[in-house]
Amino acid sequence: MIKTPTSFSVTRSLIGRSHWHPLEIVFWVAAFSTIWLFPTKYLILTEIAWLALFALSLDLILGYAGIVSLGHAAFFGVGAYTAALLAKHEIINEPVLALIVAGLVASAVGFVTSFLVLRGTDLTRIMVTLGVALVLRELANQNGWLTGGADGLQGVTMQPILGRFRFDMFGHNGYVYCLTVLFVLFLLARRIVNSPFGLSLQSIKNNPLRASAIGINVNLRLVAIYTIAAGYAGIAGALLAQTQAFASLAYFDFERSADLLMVLVIGGTGYLYGGLIGAIVFKFMQDYLSVWTPQYWPFWIGLLLVLIVLVGRERITGWTRPIRELASKLDWRAARKDGA
Amino acid sequence: MRGDEPRIPLSVKAGAESAAGQVWGELIDIMLTILFDGVAYGMLLFVLACGLAVTLGLMNFVNLAHGAFAMAGGYCTVILVNRMGVPFFAALPIAFVVSALIGLILERTLYVHVYRKPHLDQVLFTIGLVFMSVAAVDYVMGSSQVFVQLPSWLQGQDVIFGVGVGRYRLLIIVICGLLTLGLQLILTKTRFGSRLRAAVDDARVARGLGINVNWVFAVTFAFGSGLAGLGGALGAEILGLDPSFPLKFMIYFLIVVTVGGTSSITGPFVAALLLGIGDVAGKYYLPAFGAFVIYTIMIVVLIWRPQGLFARPAGR
Amino acid sequence: MAIVLETVNLVKRFGGIVATNDVSLKVEAGARHALIGPNGAGKTTIINQLTGVLAQTSGKILLEGEDISHLSPHARVRRGIARTFQINQLFLELTPVETLGLAVSERLGHGGDWWRRVGSNPQVMEEVAELLERFRLTDVMNERTDVLAYGKQRMLEIALAIACKPRVLLLDEPAAGVPDSERQDILSAVAELPKDVTVLLIEHDMDLVFSFADRISVLVNGALFVEGKPDEVARDPRVKAVYLGEEAHV
Repeated sequence: MIKTPTSFSVTRSLIGRSHWHPLEIVFWVAAFSTIWLFPTKYLILTEIAWLALFALSLDLILGYAGIVSLGHAAFFGVGAYTAALLAKHEIINEPVLALIVAGLVASAVGFVTSFLVLRGTDLTRIMVTLGVALVLRELANQNGWLTGGADGLQGVTMQPILGRFRFDMFGHNGYVYCLTVLFVLFLLARRIVNSPFGLSLQSIKNNPLRASAIGINVNLRLVAIYTIAAGYAGIAGALLAQTQAFASLAYFDFERSADLLMVLVIGGTGYLYGGLIGAIVFKFMQDYLSVWTPQYWPFWIGLLLVLIVLVGRERITGWTRPIRELASKLDWRAARKDGA
Repeated sequence: MRGDEPRIPLSVKAGAESAAGQVWGELIDIMLTILFDGVAYGMLLFVLACGLAVTLGLMNFVNLAHGAFAMAGGYCTVILVNRMGVPFFAALPIAFVVSALIGLILERTLYVHVYRKPHLDQVLFTIGLVFMSVAAVDYVMGSSQVFVQLPSWLQGQDVIFGVGVGRYRLLIIVICGLLTLGLQLILTKTRFGSRLRAAVDDARVARGLGINVNWVFAVTFAFGSGLAGLGGALGAEILGLDPSFPLKFMIYFLIVVTVGGTSSITGPFVAALLLGIGDVAGKYYLPAFGAFVIYTIMIVVLIWRPQGLFARPAGR
Repeated sequence: MAIVLETVNLVKRFGGIVATNDVSLKVEAGARHALIGPNGAGKTTIINQLTGVLAQTSGKILLEGEDISHLSPHARVRRGIARTFQINQLFLELTPVETLGLAVSERLGHGGDWWRRVGSNPQVMEEVAELLERFRLTDVMNERTDVLAYGKQRMLEIALAIACKPRVLLLDEPAAGVPDSERQDILSAVAELPKDVTVLLIEHDMDLVFSFADRISVLVNGALFVEGKPDEVARDPRVKAVYLGEEAHV
C-alpha cells in the first residue's frame, strides 16, 4: 500500500520512533544480569526496582501528559496497603494476584481523582494532588483498626509467588519478582507511549488548545493516562509492601512524592528511562549519604534539588547528549530526543 | 494544633439546672468559643499566608518554602525570649525583621533566577529549600517541639458573657486585625501600594510605566517573609513549633491562597477565616474527621472554582 | 445555495462589554467568505465561539442545520468544522509528520489506539504524505516544529486544519506575520483549497481578501455592519470611513 517515496519515508520515520535502540537492550540485559552478579545486594536492588516503577508511573503523567502532581504517593500508598491487607487477612494469598488487585484498586482511586486534575492551572493541580494524598494519609491514620495507624500494618506474612517461589531471607526471589514486574510493565508502558494514544498525550502536553482543535478529547485522554499511572504507582507500592511484608503511613507522605519528583528530574522526563536511571542514581546517593549523615540527608537532597534547578534541567540532560549521540550515529531519532 | 480543644467555659461545666434554655445557652457558648478560637486561628493563618498570596499573585511564583520563613520567625522568638530574656513584645518585631532580611537576601540571590522557569522547576526549587531548612533547624535546634515562655498575664483565659476568651488568642486577634487593616491601607492609600497592585495586574505594562518591578518584587517578598516570621512568632504557642513546621503547615497556606485567590487581600482573609473556623469546629464536632474538613473544603472549592473563590474571572 | 454554517443572534458579553452584538452570519456551501473589520471588532471572538473555545452568552450556532452551540470543541471538529489560529498554535516538540499524523489518525477514529505503533496504519501514512507534499513541507517533515521557519510553521498550521478534512474551514489571518518571501506559498495554499470545503476567512490583507473572497462581511464593534459581494463592499463609503484609521492595511 505504500505508493510514493514520501509516504515511504513518512512511514519509516514514524515506525522508527519505536524501534528498540541497542542501548535499551544493553540496559535490560545488564539489569537482569544483576541477579547473578550481585547476590549480596538484593535488598537495595529490590528498592531500586520498585522505585523505578514508581518513577515510571509519574513519568507517564508528568513527562508525557504534562500533569504536575505533588501527591502521586497517594496511589503508591493505596497499592501498598491493599496488598498488605490482602496478605494479612488471607483474602488473596497468591502475591501476583494480590498485586494485580492492588493495581486495580489504585487505578480506581486514580480514576475517581482524575477529574480533579482536569481543571485549573498547574498550581491548582499541585494543590489538589497534594490534598488527595493528605486526605488518604489521614484516612489511613484515622482507621487504625484496619491499617494499624501510626505503627503501620504489621503481622503480614507473604505466601510463595505463584505458589512456588518463597520470599527468601536473602531477597533473591523477591528481587526477581520485582524486576520481572518492572520489565513487563515497562514493555506495556513502552507500547502505550509509542502508540497514537501516547502521541496524542504529548500533543496535549505541548498544546491542549490545539489538541482539542484537531478533534482530540483531551479530558478523556488525561483521565485514561492518570488512571493507568495510578495503577502503576499502586503496583509499585504493592511490591514494596510484599517484599517488606509491611505497610506504613509514611508511604503517603509528601516527602515521598517530593523524592519521586526528584528521582524523575535526575533521570529526565519524557523518554521512559528517566525514572529508571533516576531511581538507580537516587538510591545509590541515598545509600552513600545516609552512611555519612543518617539524620540530615534530606538537607543534601534539598541542596541537590536547588542546584539542579539553578543549573537548569535542560543543561543537565544536555550533559548526557554527547554520549547518546556518540552511541547512535545512524539513528536519527536519538539525535532528536532532547528530553523534556 | 496545640491546645486543640476549645476551652469550655466554667459556667457550662458547673453542672447546672437542666432548663432547656440553659442547655441551649450552653450550646451557644460552646459555639461562640469555637468561633472565637477559629477566628484567632484564621487570622493567624492569614498573617502567615498573605505573603505567599502576594508573591503568587505578583510573580506567579509557587513558593512552597514560605513556611520556612515562618519557622525562622518562630525559632528566633524562642531564642530571644527563652534564652536571652528579651521581652515577648520586643521579640515580635525582631522576628519580623530577621525573617524579612532572610527573605530579602534569598530573593535577590536565589529566587530571582527561578522566576522565569516553569512551575515544576519552581516547585522543585522551593521543595529543595524546605528540605534544607528543615534539616538545618533540626541540626541546630533539635527535633523536639519548642515553646515560647509567654508573659504570665497573657496566659489563661477570661470568661466574658459565658464565652471562654483565651488571652493569648485575643492578643492574636488584635495584632492580626491591626496588621490586616494596615496592609489594606498600604495597598490602597500609598504609592507603593498602587505600584504593587499595578505590578500584580500586569508586570509588563507596569514596567512600561516606569515602575521598578524588580524592586517591588524584592520589597514585597521581604515584607511577606517578615509577616510570615511574625506569624510564626505569634503562632508558636498555638500551632506548635518544631523543625517540620514548614512541611506540616504548607498545605494550610496553600489552601488559603488557592481558595482565596491572589487578586486581593479580602480573598485570602475570608479564606483563612473559613479555614480556621472550619478546622476548629471540625476537630470539635467531628473529631474523627477533623483533618478532613479542610482538605475536603479545599478540594470542593477547587473543583467548583479552580481560580479560587475570589479571583477575578480573567485572572492568571 | 445551501447555508452550511450559520449563527443566529449570537451575543457574547464579557462583564459590561458586548464583544459580539447580535450577529446572524450566514455562510453558503462552497463559499469563500471573508470576515473583515478594524482591530478589536471581535472577529476572533466569533471564531472562538464557532469552534466552542468560548461559550456564547446567547444565540445559536448551526452547522448544516444542526445545532452545535453546546458541543465541546473536539466534538465540533468531528462534525466537520476546523480552524487555524492567528498566532500559530502548534505542537512545538513534535515534527510535521507526527503533527499531521495525529490529526488524520484522530479523524479516522484511530487516535485513541494504545496498542498499535504509530506509523502502522498505511492509510494514515498516505494522507500525511499527500498533505506534506501539498503544503511543501516534505523537506522539513522530520524536524521539530520549533526549529522551523515561521512561514513553514504557518503552512503546517493550515495543513493541520486541512488534515481534519473539515466541511467548513475557519482561517484566522493565515498570512499574519509571514515574511514577504513566503507569503506566496500561503496565498497559493489558500487558493488551492478544495472547492467542496467552505472557507470563512478573517484577514486584514486586502489583496488576499479581494483576490480570494466571493462574499465579504464587515464586522464593526461586534456587529455586522455591511455584507455583500467584494466589489459592492469595496465601493461602500461607510466601509471606507470605518477603515480610515487602518490605511496601512488596506
